[in-house]
Amino acid sequence: MSEALEQELNEKNRDLKDLVKREYKEGFVTDVESDTFEPGLNEDVVRRISAKKNEPEFMLEYRLKAFRRWQKMKEPDWAHIDYPKIDFQKIAYYSAPKEMPKLDSLDQVDPKILETYEKLGIPLYEQKLLANVAVDAVFDSVSVRTTFRETLSEAGVIFMPISEAVHEHPELIKKYLSSVVPVQDNYYTALNSAVFSDGSFVYIPPGVRCPMELSTYFRINEMNTGQFERTLIIADEGAYVSYLEGCTAPQRDENQLHAAVVELVAHKDAEIKYSTVQNWYPGDENGKGGIFNFVTKRGVCKGDNSKISWTQVETGSAITWKYPSVVLQGDNSVGEFYSVALTHNKQQADTGTKMIHMGKNTSSTIISKGISAGHGQNTYRGLVKILKGADNARNFSQCDSLLMGDRCGAHTFPYMEVQNPSANLEHEATTSKISEDQLFYLKQRGLSEEAAVSMIVNGFCKEVFRELPMEFAVEAQKLLDISLEGAVG
Amino acid sequence: MLKVTNLHVSVFGTSILKGVDLEVNAGEVHAIMGPNGSGKSTLSNVIAGRDGYEITEGSIEYMGKDLSELEAEERACEGIFLAFQYPVEIPGVSNMAMLKAAINSMRKHRGEKEMTAGDFLKLIRERADLVEMKHEFLKRSVNEGFSGGEKKRNEILQMAMLEPKLALLDETDSGLDIDALKIVSQGVNALRSPDRAMVLVTHYQRLLDYIIPDHVHVLAGGRIVKSGDKSLALELEEKGYSWLEGGTNAAASLEQVAN
Ligand SMILES: Nc1ncnc2c1ncn2[C@@H]1O[C@H](COP(=O)(O)OP(=O)(O)OP(=O)(O)O)[C@@H](O)[C@H]1O
Ligand SMILES: [Mg+2]
Repeated sequence: MSEALEQELNEKNRDLKDLVKREYKEGFVTDVESDTFEPGLNEDVVRRISAKKNEPEFMLEYRLKAFRRWQKMKEPDWAHIDYPKIDFQKIAYYSAPKEMPKLDSLDQVDPKILETYEKLGIPLYEQKLLANVAVDAVFDSVSVRTTFRETLSEAGVIFMPISEAVHEHPELIKKYLSSVVPVQDNYYTALNSAVFSDGSFVYIPPGVRCPMELSTYFRINEMNTGQFERTLIIADEGAYVSYLEGCTAPQRDENQLHAAVVELVAHKDAEIKYSTVQNWYPGDENGKGGIFNFVTKRGVCKGDNSKISWTQVETGSAITWKYPSVVLQGDNSVGEFYSVALTHNKQQADTGTKMIHMGKNTSSTIISKGISAGHGQNTYRGLVKILKGADNARNFSQCDSLLMGDRCGAHTFPYMEVQNPSANLEHEATTSKISEDQLFYLKQRGLSEEAAVSMIVNGFCKEVFRELPMEFAVEAQKLLDISLEGAVG
Repeated sequence: MLKVTNLHVSVFGTSILKGVDLEVNAGEVHAIMGPNGSGKSTLSNVIAGRDGYEITEGSIEYMGKDLSELEAEERACEGIFLAFQYPVEIPGVSNMAMLKAAINSMRKHRGEKEMTAGDFLKLIRERADLVEMKHEFLKRSVNEGFSGGEKKRNEILQMAMLEPKLALLDETDSGLDIDALKIVSQGVNALRSPDRAMVLVTHYQRLLDYIIPDHVHVLAGGRIVKSGDKSLALELEEKGYSWLEGGTNAAASLEQVAN
């Protein structure tokens, strides 16, 4: 390539900076009266949260223990992200819509909340539901409604807010809560364990294939509140479940904290598929506002032949710190991680996975697609660990980065720790730019520049999108398109 | 249909086309030959509206309109098709998905409704058969992992799908084996029609045995130094281009005299 041509292409790439002029469509605020704690965190606040939820004693103890651990811990600083120090005393740790919605009747849910979910395209009314999707909607801290509960309970599936499960299935909660992610795992898990207010609980009994996709929508509405939800999914022997998670938040100038914990347990021959489309408010062009998303997600393939698959499409949040992981304990167990992370403007993402191989003949697959535009910083951080007893472990990792413009960054940190010589690990990584040739080719076939960019980006993400359930795949593509609106030119 | 007048084009200040005149009418097939680096692809790219080329003098008219006003995608929607000398790979995007988006984008431009999935499938299967392309290629990512010849054939499939008014085929015959050359030529011939024009850029007179051109031009040193009928191609095959170089120089010195 001639120098002049190269220069021209660089300029072109600079023009691509405008590529990512997006508007956050979910940035509205719902005007409902709410019961929100004053900002601040101390033991009393933890007690009040527990009291609000009328929790049994064991939960209060659990929370207090977690809180005391948290007080002794420090925020992690190893990630490739840069953000102002969070003042944990300026955050409110509980917020609920004032009219406490009763779950048995929709009429009792504040119509404004229902409207919010409709605006977000989440059909709460069962008759409007896309076939086979049951929804749990978490509005600020409280679960507003779980749909399709009856159909599910006929199959023996438990799908309910975790705040209710604490009362209705305390034995399951005691057995599994923090069994995958210990309270003290990290700063945010300890915090979450102390103050989490709600989330979803799923239990699939032995041999049951969950008759529909389960889904939760998380929505942060109140100002200065953190959202700390907790999800616990257990697939008993031979069970199968596919779970979808979507998230949005209003557009605000202040940063808001989201620190969730998700735990998955797959017993023998069980399979859990967990899909996320994360579209928290990313902040504006100059990096003002946006959600700080510090999430710990981990699953354990406890039994032989079990499988856990994480698929995530991360387009939102100012900061994303998230490593959905799988502990491959059972023999022949399988872990998968499929990820698309888009960062633009001043967004930063440090995301990836950990695959911990313990059982024999375990295998894991990691497909990570990072797209950076504007000043976005995108980091893949992954660990593949093969323990001594993990004979014949296999891992395949592929990390591809797509850069738009020359002010963004892509970084890849693949860590490997192999303690068993029979392991077979493969790692591939690529970094590419949308080429002028590709754009011209598609434009010559009659596509606008925007359509061309969207097509190329969607092609880049295809291996991940095809892992998503149909409706989610469509939504994910639309989200990327929105992010690329006003694109090149 | 296409009228190129005294076209001067430069890339980053280097002048490449130095006064090209070319007129192509509906129903005609023109062949453009010429040595490497003489500006054949440049001419095709400029007509198709690729960025990075500066028209310093002259004009391109298409269907009575000045093309310089139109973006590449608008030119495509108005019926200009370029079969690329080096077709581009688009990973993860299937041939089908790309062609469907292309067809619908063009239909939208013409104010027509989107093609139904059924009609599209019927059409693409029929056109794939026309260029004897196995249907499995339709599901594969655009040109990814295609052999050189398969890529060229894929260009002709796209042309057959998009039914352009003016098709510019930039060395579509290069890299084709004899059988593929016949098949591609058949495809091209099947698309010849009184209201469609084609410009074939080629290095080999062999192609012109299969696709008989109405006119043959020689582009050398940035201008068309000779035009004739099919027999010119045969003559070139025999003598090469050197005997024409004089013509180029003569033209250049004439220009100097005129200045
Ligand atoms: N983008 C560009 N930057 C620099 N030089 C260019 C560029 N495009 C074309 N050129 C130069 O212009 C001249 C004409 O190139 P062009 O590709 O049009 O030739 P061609 O006639 O198609 O050749 P071939 O028969 O080898 O395909 C060449 O010398 C080429 O190096
Ligand atoms: Mg050429």
